[in-house]
Amino acid sequence: MHPWGKWGRPFLEYGVAAARAALRDAGLEWTDVQYVVGADTIRNGYPGFVSGASYARELGWSGARVASCYAACASGAQALDIARARILAGLCDVALVIGADATPKGFFKPVGGDRPDDPDWLRFRLLGATNPAYFALYARRRMALYGSTSADFAAVKVKNALAGSLNPMARYRKPVTAEEVLASPMVADPLRLMDICATSDGGAAVVLASEEYARRRGTGFVRLAAVSTVTPLFPNTVLELPDFATDSCAAVPAPERPFRAAITHAAYEEAGVGPDDLSLAEVYDLSTALELDWMEDLGLCPPGEAEKLLRDGRTALGGRVPVNPSGGLASFGEAIPAQAIAQLVELATQLRGRAGARQTANARVGLAANQGLFGHGSAIIATV
Amino acid sequence: MTYAIDGWFAISPEDGVHLLGTSCTACGTITFPPRPGSCPNPRCASTDTQVRPLPRRGRVWSYTNACYPPPAPYVAADPYVPVTLAAVELDEVGIVVLGQVKGLTADQLQVGMELELTSGPLADGPLVWMWGRAS
Repeated sequence: MHPWGKWGRPFLEYGVAAARAALRDAGLEWTDVQYVVGADTIRNGYPGFVSGASYARELGWSGARVASCYAACASGAQALDIARARILAGLCDVALVIGADATPKGFFKPVGGDRPDDPDWLRFRLLGATNPAYFALYARRRMALYGSTSADFAAVKVKNALAGSLNPMARYRKPVTAEEVLASPMVADPLRLMDICATSDGGAAVVLASEEYARRRGTGFVRLAAVSTVTPLFPNTVLELPDFATDSCAAVPAPERPFRAAITHAAYEEAGVGPDDLSLAEVYDLSTALELDWMEDLGLCPPGEAEKLLRDGRTALGGRVPVNPSGGLASFGEAIPAQAIAQLVELATQLRGRAGARQTANARVGLAANQGLFGHGSAIIATV
Repeated sequence: MTYAIDGWFAISPEDGVHLLGTSCTACGTITFPPRPGSCPNPRCASTDTQVRPLPRRGRVWSYTNACYPPPAPYVAADPYVPVTLAAVELDEVGIVVLGQVKGLTADQLQVGMELELTSGPLADGPLVWMWGRAS
């Protein structure tokens, strides 16, 4: 990885630094890489849209096969999926997957121009509905359904900030108190500034290889047991970024498994493991409240009981299933194309027992989940 | 009257403000925003949809506000007044629709509370649908 922060430098610099670190870790040279996949960043002009080739040029044209892909917050997972599929198909032995972003300060904005046919543009134009507004709708809904409180949300931040303070790649490395969270300015009721993840610069990369190649050349590796990238099922009855409305459940009943739970379910099925097998999980804590939703969507507990697990310390470092032991987005902030890759880096670090002070004892199975704009969802499971 | 977007809502002196959805003539699935063409139900191959007004009332699914001015293309009033947003589950059709809230702050809203559709201007003039106090 490249350390996350607000560095103000080109995204390519972060991605290339992460790529070189991944290659060093794997004991490989750039010229060993047969396939390079870039997760795209839409904020950084044409090089960002063709990030695979942009990274390849920075690293030196090597004639490698190349791909670029964009799936909003699921971009990194889709980049991994593309590389993994190519390896599993026997078309290559070793691939490098890279994601990096350089973000502006403040709210994420839609792509510029006058584009009334784009729901992402329209939600700002007609409603002023930012990403935190959607997170706040979920948070308020959770409060109404389950009696969650602002203190519960603050406790998520306290937990994640403590974990992040132990992670040299995290942007925010200072532990915080619940009082500090509850005193931070309200952004979108009921979420305060410290409940919401920042926008960050950052980069992450991983080397993927076939099992045979890894055994021959690898320097200690983990198994990528599942990459699920799924769409919602109709009718999607939870309001989804950047939609104006849910699907109607008047003619067709809502599916048994809502979108987030379906994302993780698909990964469990593919990996042949279940929630009880997890040693740790990295989830998309775009807001503190959303981490609680994810705990339930992961199957760690029934709906409405995430607060209990949190209060009992079961998701803290040293707990039964640490959630966001990296510090999560609370400590990193969003660097969109890098996020899902960074989650996998944390899983690999933990499964290899290299996480230092934030290490999960005897980590054997890790899951990372996230959700992208317009119904892209992804989850990754890695095992020793 | 200039609408901020065409075809998504209508205002008439007799019936007030209505969101305009589409309904599939084969399976009855209702959609908002209106979706001409194919039905969104993956098990329905119909391409025959009709525009219809949606129920004007519903119950709050969730709500929030924007304490800081949203970025462009939103045009913020000067001085800025926090925007209140509500996601409202429409009666009968089982759709949750997001909209600005007129005349109520986040403190005055509750999940489950009944709201009714109205309209109001964006800061630069055009009208948009909004949720308001149920009459």
